[in-house]
Amino acid sequence: MIAELGLAALWLAAALAALQLVCGALAARTEGEGSEVALITRPAAVLQGALAAFSFAMLIWVFAITDLSVKLVATNSHAMKPMVFKIAGAWGNHEGSMLLWVTVMALAGGLIGFAERRLPERTMQATLAAQGFVALGFYAFLLLSSNPFERLPIPALEGMGLNPLLQDLGLAFNPHTLYFGYVGLWVAFSFAVGALITRQVTPDFARAMRPWVLGAWVFLTLGITAGSYWAYYELGWGGWWFWDPVENASLMPWLAATALLHSAGVLAARDALRAWTIMLGVVAFSMSMVGTFLVRSGILTSVHAFAVDPERGSFILILLAIYIGGALLLFALRAGTVAEGERFAPASREGALVFNNVMLSAILAIVLLGTLYPLLTEAFDVRVSVGPPYFNPVGAIFVVPMLLVMAVGPLLRWRHDSLSRIGREIALLAALVLASLMLISIVGEVALLPLLGLALAGVVAVGSVLPLRGRTLRRVPLVTWGMVIAHLGIAVALFGMASDSAFTRERLAALAPGQAAEVGPWRVVLNDVAPVAGANWTALQADLQASYQGGKSISLRPETRTFWAPSQATTESALATRWNGQLYAVIGEEADQGRWQIRLWWKPFVTMIWFGGMLIAFGGVLALIGRLSTDLKRRTVTRRAAARRAETRALLPEPAE
Amino acid sequence: MKAKHQRLVLIGFALVALIAAGLLAAWALRNQANYFYLPEQMRADPPAIGQAVRLGGMVQQGSVRTLADGVTIAFTVTGQGAAAVPVRFAGIVPSLFEEGSGVVAEGSLQADGTFRADNLLAKHDENYVPRELEGMSQAQAARVAEQTTVGLE
Repeated sequence: MIAELGLAALWLAAALAALQLVCGALAARTEGEGSEVALITRPAAVLQGALAAFSFAMLIWVFAITDLSVKLVATNSHAMKPMVFKIAGAWGNHEGSMLLWVTVMALAGGLIGFAERRLPERTMQATLAAQGFVALGFYAFLLLSSNPFERLPIPALEGMGLNPLLQDLGLAFNPHTLYFGYVGLWVAFSFAVGALITRQVTPDFARAMRPWVLGAWVFLTLGITAGSYWAYYELGWGGWWFWDPVENASLMPWLAATALLHSAGVLAARDALRAWTIMLGVVAFSMSMVGTFLVRSGILTSVHAFAVDPERGSFILILLAIYIGGALLLFALRAGTVAEGERFAPASREGALVFNNVMLSAILAIVLLGTLYPLLTEAFDVRVSVGPPYFNPVGAIFVVPMLLVMAVGPLLRWRHDSLSRIGREIALLAALVLASLMLISIVGEVALLPLLGLALAGVVAVGSVLPLRGRTLRRVPLVTWGMVIAHLGIAVALFGMASDSAFTRERLAALAPGQAAEVGPWRVVLNDVAPVAGANWTALQADLQASYQGGKSISLRPETRTFWAPSQATTESALATRWNGQLYAVIGEEADQGRWQIRLWWKPFVTMIWFGGMLIAFGGVLALIGRLSTDLKRRTVTRRAAARRAETRALLPEPAE
Repeated sequence: MKAKHQRLVLIGFALVALIAAGLLAAWALRNQANYFYLPEQMRADPPAIGQAVRLGGMVQQGSVRTLADGVTIAFTVTGQGAAAVPVRFAGIVPSLFEEGSGVVAEGSLQADGTFRADNLLAKHDENYVPRELEGMSQAQAARVAEQTTVGLE
């Protein structure tokens, strides 16, 4: 019964999305404000959000009570699983996560339908129609090819568990932060379509869209950071980024969203880059769709991809073609009629932002080509894989100039400026680059890319705090703090990446109990290896004692775990974190004569990668709070002013004209 | 400069950068992509010594042994027929690496004809097969499928 309620709510929500599309489109066609169908669109959006949320709540319910007559529960849950994983199991699979995704999208649509009043009503109607159109495709996908509420003819006796690699609280939330990011980009895209249809590409449009882009960007940043850390400690390979297609699928929307964020900023502040911002909105949306396709279609067989079904793949591919093709077509037809925005000199903040926008797009192109190339060659029966030897150097060609401009850009003034005005700062930063390049290459032998990374990290760090100089810190607006902290986060993360690839020490040893191995400043002793058991797994656990430069010893317990239901083995690494890096230990097979394989890494400052990622996201949150509070303040002021005007009008007699 | 000119300059700059990125990517992909070999291909038409490639096949029954240092393992990867390539790998093997099952080794061919692997990819769980193994012979594919669908109905 509960499952049927959920399914019914989902169908109703889909019908409302269609209604929203039709009414919004009709209202957007009618010139003038007073169209009657326009009154339906906003309530339809709100109700659609409520119904989708209700449907998702029903799915959580059937998972919480482990209703084994529902196919999804039977294949993905297990009565013996801890409650928190039962609930996480509701969205830890293809159908459930699609439902969560659609729910978030519907709620976002409801929110703009309810609260967004800045834009001309016709633009809003077109925006909501676009939102309904996007939502409709995903309702169709859910209902026709991945129904989460499908019943089994005969209830299963026991569930088949959740993939133990994924039985991890971090991962229970990780992919979804990415999906929330995608949803934000879809909302931004709806705004872009709305603005394009009514040709109202104004600063107001950018201001209405910006919070959604910012929010999407924060979620994408968090998702990428968390995903990277998950791969780092869960896979046991000591790496934090593998240029795996699934990772690239999350990086590409991030790159596009970063570009969109900055170009929307220019449009909001200066009314320039109109068509460019719309184009980036379309690109960001397309990248999120490509990401969805890569991850969801099963076209890439990888640990992360949990849906393997060609039917779904072709469905998403069709959706992808309709949406991206339609958006590009609309852009091609309408972009020429969008009036040009304000002009600016090359040496201005707009100029720097445009330069970096183009660099980000170039990096995006490189990642996209590298990700799709193996799929392309496979069509010609040549199997290749593309990895760091491609992505790192080719990407760096565009990343390096981008970081240099990023350090200087915030110092420039809007509209028109000259480099000689900030000559002192540029000289300081240039000196810093040269000094650190020389210093590092004298001190140690470091490969070119990590060397550049270390030097640029310093420059970006200094450049990111320079806009604060000479200002009263208490009076710096929140959005400026957001920018400073996010840019600083880039520097911190870059430092972590460069330090990890430049200074990591690795040691692979076969140790008998009592023997020791050294790696960098660490000395690690193997005490013994013993079997342990958990709720749904057994494991071999090594007891290691590690001491840093002969100091107090720390206990480390890496494991190899074997799960049942379904049976599977995983490597659980053990980490010792210090302020200046991490010791990473993994246990392998038993070698001969009672010796065990132990693999150790000393990774100086590797934690800075994720700390930097969190700083970037925190900067985004600050900027978002800053923007939203300004918006709320503006609303209060307009409301008060309107009230005062009404009062004055009521008190005074109408002036005779 | 008029607004229209500015727009043209912007479009031109963006196009130049994107085309440059595209050309660069195309050139680099030709040189840096990591080609996949089956054992028989590696025997018939070996890659250059030291070039990074991938080798995929089945771990031969009874061929896995650990060398005296305790951390290097040696095994043989077989494909269709008699083709076999000896592989050495210093490191911790994936949890589900075992004799008679599929493996993809990333590394390079050495002058003495052994393949030195820097990384091994085995199936992670019952749903995962390295994508290169998908195109293997039917018998092998059947074996992989059998191993990879345990626990599913």
